[in-house]
Amino acid sequence: MTANHSTVTLPDPRSEEAQEPPSARVAKMSTDDVSVFYGEKQALKDVSIEIYDDLVTAFIGPSGCGKSTFLRCLNRMNDTIPSARVTGRIELDGEDVMSSSMDVVQLRARVGMVFQKPNPFPKSIFENVAYGPRIHGLSTSKAELEQIVEKSLKRAGLWEEVKDRLQESGTALSGGQQQRLCIARAIAVDPEVILMDEPCSALDPIATAKIEELIHELRGRYAIAIVTHNMQQAARVSQRTAFFHLGELVEYGKTSEIFTNPRQQRTTDYITGRYG
Amino acid sequence: MSSAAPSRWSDAAMQKRLRRRYRSERLFRSAGLAAILLSILFLAFLLFSMASRGLGGFSHFEAPLTIDFAKSDTFLEPQQLRGPDAAQAAASADLEGVIAQAAIAQYGATAEEMFGDAATLHLTRDLLADPDMLQRQAEIWLPLGSRLDVAAKGGGDERSERLVASLRDKGELKRTFNTDFLRASDSTDPTAVGVWGALKGTFLTMLVTMALAFPIGVLAAIYLEEFAPRNRWTDMIEVSINNLAAVPSIIFGLLGLAVFLNVMNLPRSAPLVGGMTLALITMPVIVIAGRNAIKSVPPSIRDAALGVGASKMQVTFHHVLPLALPGILTGTIIGMARALGETAPLLMIGMRAFIAAPPGGITDPATVLPVQIFLWSDEVDRAFVEKTSAAIIVLLLFMLLMNGLAIYLRNRFERRW
Amino acid sequence: MSLGLAFVAILAIALAAAWLGYARARRLRAAAESRLHSLPVYHGAHAALWAAIPALLLVAAWAPMQARLVNQSVLSSPEGRALPDFDMQRDSILGEAREIAHGDREQGFNPESAALAPRIRDAETGYALIGGSIAIVVALGAAGLALRQTRLQFRARTAVERWVMGLLLAASLIAILTTLGILLSLMFESLRFFRLYPIGDFLFGTTWSPQTAIRADQAGSSGSFGSIPLMWGTFFIGAIIAMIVAVPLGLMSAIYLTQYAPSRLRAWLKPILEILAGVPTVVYGYFAALTVAPAVRDFGIAIGISSASSESALAAGAVMGIMIIPFVSSMADDSIAAVPQAMRDGSLAMGATKSETIRKVLLPAALPGVMGGILLAVSRAIGETMIVVMAAGLAANLTANPFESVTTVTTQIVQLLTGDQEFDSAKTLAAFALGLALFLITLLLNLIALRIVRKYQEQYE
Repeated sequence: MTANHSTVTLPDPRSEEAQEPPSARVAKMSTDDVSVFYGEKQALKDVSIEIYDDLVTAFIGPSGCGKSTFLRCLNRMNDTIPSARVTGRIELDGEDVMSSSMDVVQLRARVGMVFQKPNPFPKSIFENVAYGPRIHGLSTSKAELEQIVEKSLKRAGLWEEVKDRLQESGTALSGGQQQRLCIARAIAVDPEVILMDEPCSALDPIATAKIEELIHELRGRYAIAIVTHNMQQAARVSQRTAFFHLGELVEYGKTSEIFTNPRQQRTTDYITGRYG
Repeated sequence: MSSAAPSRWSDAAMQKRLRRRYRSERLFRSAGLAAILLSILFLAFLLFSMASRGLGGFSHFEAPLTIDFAKSDTFLEPQQLRGPDAAQAAASADLEGVIAQAAIAQYGATAEEMFGDAATLHLTRDLLADPDMLQRQAEIWLPLGSRLDVAAKGGGDERSERLVASLRDKGELKRTFNTDFLRASDSTDPTAVGVWGALKGTFLTMLVTMALAFPIGVLAAIYLEEFAPRNRWTDMIEVSINNLAAVPSIIFGLLGLAVFLNVMNLPRSAPLVGGMTLALITMPVIVIAGRNAIKSVPPSIRDAALGVGASKMQVTFHHVLPLALPGILTGTIIGMARALGETAPLLMIGMRAFIAAPPGGITDPATVLPVQIFLWSDEVDRAFVEKTSAAIIVLLLFMLLMNGLAIYLRNRFERRW
Repeated sequence: MSLGLAFVAILAIALAAAWLGYARARRLRAAAESRLHSLPVYHGAHAALWAAIPALLLVAAWAPMQARLVNQSVLSSPEGRALPDFDMQRDSILGEAREIAHGDREQGFNPESAALAPRIRDAETGYALIGGSIAIVVALGAAGLALRQTRLQFRARTAVERWVMGLLLAASLIAILTTLGILLSLMFESLRFFRLYPIGDFLFGTTWSPQTAIRADQAGSSGSFGSIPLMWGTFFIGAIIAMIVAVPLGLMSAIYLTQYAPSRLRAWLKPILEILAGVPTVVYGYFAALTVAPAVRDFGIAIGISSASSESALAAGAVMGIMIIPFVSSMADDSIAAVPQAMRDGSLAMGATKSETIRKVLLPAALPGVMGGILLAVSRAIGETMIVVMAAGLAANLTANPFESVTTVTTQIVQLLTGDQEFDSAKTLAAFALGLALFLITLLLNLIALRIVRKYQEQYE
């Protein structure tokens, strides 16, 4: 299904969700009036959203609208920026993520992240994937570790390509392979949520297609939130879409509705390509 | 439909492991803080140690002495002290003996060595200022000799301490600021030593160093950044400069010895040779700092000047150089501050002799302050410890001054493009 | 006539040429209708440069030649031929005679020097006359030729800029000249040493006890110049003890400053750490000798090491380590900061603690840079002189006990050149051989450090 910028795009039939009554869904993560300040400047204003267990949620919007900032709130990566201040409530399985009783190390293992530019460590492929399980002590023996690595690489769709060269450096792979390695690395600690910050923007179309395939396969296992500036991609892979603009959440709902029948004018304008 | 439930994270083994990881995080962070605090502590300890030992060197103890010149053995006449050869006349008059005589008369037979060279210097100065003193009896306060000075400052032999105690009881002991330390030059008597000779030598040497290293360094930096073509010769020059910056300074001393002293026959131990040697050491530093400063001038300035028809050389000297000057000066001052503290290369070119008079010009034998400190550190006499430490305080103050000046210049004038 | 006089004369000619050129150019500009290519000041400068520089170069080249010619003529004179054959004695007499001739001294120790002085004076005057006259003629000629070129179209500015370019190039070549000078002088003197003492024994001998013949009639030198104990001492103090102090403290300081310290604290702490690098080494040496060494010795004796010396390797090495801390810290700082933020974020996002991120991701990635920095620090420590001269000893000891006294290459260089040694004796030449060894070793360390960084450093886009 081709789409061009001046017409409304229809969602990919693959992104349809299973027919289940909406009320049975329990949010894996939810946020309530979350705002982010960098010093005096407010980057995000009162965002309230739910992320569901077996759905892919896409965050779309023009560049600089705060979607990446919001994504980073979910695993408290904004803590690493000294001038950032986060207000509001963020919950994982009902627990407040920002409270002192939530261990941030644990949180980040349960909520994994894949970055825009692939960033494998300058170690071997095996060591890259084994890093997480090693530090969290998730395996008790070498054999178990190897199993975890193999399983993660298989789930990331990279096993066949690298199984004979696990000792080679992770940085020697192609861009698309590196990104799948990063996904495997995130999977290796058995997370419950995977956050993806524009994972395909640095990749060529073939690699992009492979990653989108992967997202479909991963969908059942993990709750996935993906930031993307590519509307067609959002339409293809997600079941829920949130549209951000200038730091605010403009509209959030089922992907099919957002793209065929948006309620807000700004959403329509963005989708029809009037800006962005 | 999601993967393993969170219960894995809350089980006891995992929690224990988390606690252990956090503990090692805290330990690691504390180790980092401890490392830096320890380093600063060493510095503080060093500075404190020098200061506490050296402050005593800036003061000395004086005792009163009554000298009846008429009754003394001296042949000195007042008019001799007014003529052109006054200093020489005073030097040949054995004022040391006069003082010793008067001391014995006043304090007893054991007081022969009560006053030392510093006292002789003071008396000489007083007489040259007022020659008529020779015709009467004078009571003057003179600085004590080395052994008594040490005893008065705490720590000397028993006899001296007793003498000092008796002086103190009679109110005949006074502690004053030791101006000799800053006015006099080297001497065998620790109470009479001063850093003036070394300071003057340092000043002359730095002058030569600056006069040579600054132009050569800046010109070389300009050439390498603005004009040099990308070829093998340029590479060789760059490699040379980077290597020279890392060569131990004593090797430059050997070079100075072999070439400046033995081939060119320049005078040994002169600020000229010392300055030339230090210039070779400082030049690479200035070149590197200069290159960075020139590199940071934006190309838009150059383009603008070329656009009005200036030649490349005019662009460089009229536009780029003035803008790069603050950075160049900062680097130069830092380089000179390093040169100020250099000792080994100057030892090689002979600045290790006993120089009792400050140098007159750049070809007279001289010494510099760090070398003077080194020479005094070798002295066995305990009184030299405080003088050496005091000289170190003077040196550190100079370093502080120069580095402070560099930082001030950098903050005030360097522009961030 | 002396060369100094010729120098002044040449400067005067240059100034005159400058003024003439300037005036002429101005006259031309006033009289003509079209414009001068270059400003009058450039015409003046052009003339002055041509007048001064070739002539001055000539004088500079003549001076050393003159010294040799004077020596030759003096030695061939009747008084000169009467001098003793022994090099040292003859040179010292000549030296004295020279000083008398220049008026620096009234009388020398040797009676022959008084007779030689007038010969020297005559020879010097004669040769200076020849050299000075030639130079002045050259100056006048060049000035004349340059002035004739002053015309409207003459590109004086370009000509002057060519001179300036030459000056820039000359300034840059001084760097090469210095490096060559170091290499040549060290090698030349070392070769002279190796003619007196076999190089194999120097490099591999384990006994260091430098003696040399003082007078011509002393039967051969009985010294041995085996450098192994010195190399060991240098390595022990500089590469082992100093690094044991400097590397942990420097590395951990860098880690704390870059990863943990709030930026305001860092702004204060970093300059204070730099002060450690600014303290002159003579101060460190005195501190080591006065305070640290006695404490180390007392400590050594207290824990039962009776051979603890007051000139221990430990004292010198520890203080040297403290001095090197800022070097290690700043190199480590740069290397760790060069690792992209994405690495750090990637590790933190997986639930690693900061220390785990540093230990398992950042440090391994920064390792080539850190290793290079450590090698450069070792190179610096090895070349350090004052701390070891003042705090370490002169005993050429091959021991692994840090409480004992060892000696280093730099200490021995200073020691060998102490006192009134004639320049040719084996002791002085041995110092140059040691210097050559030191130069080559530090050069090698620097090259290896550079290579490690270049070869293994990940190229982050």
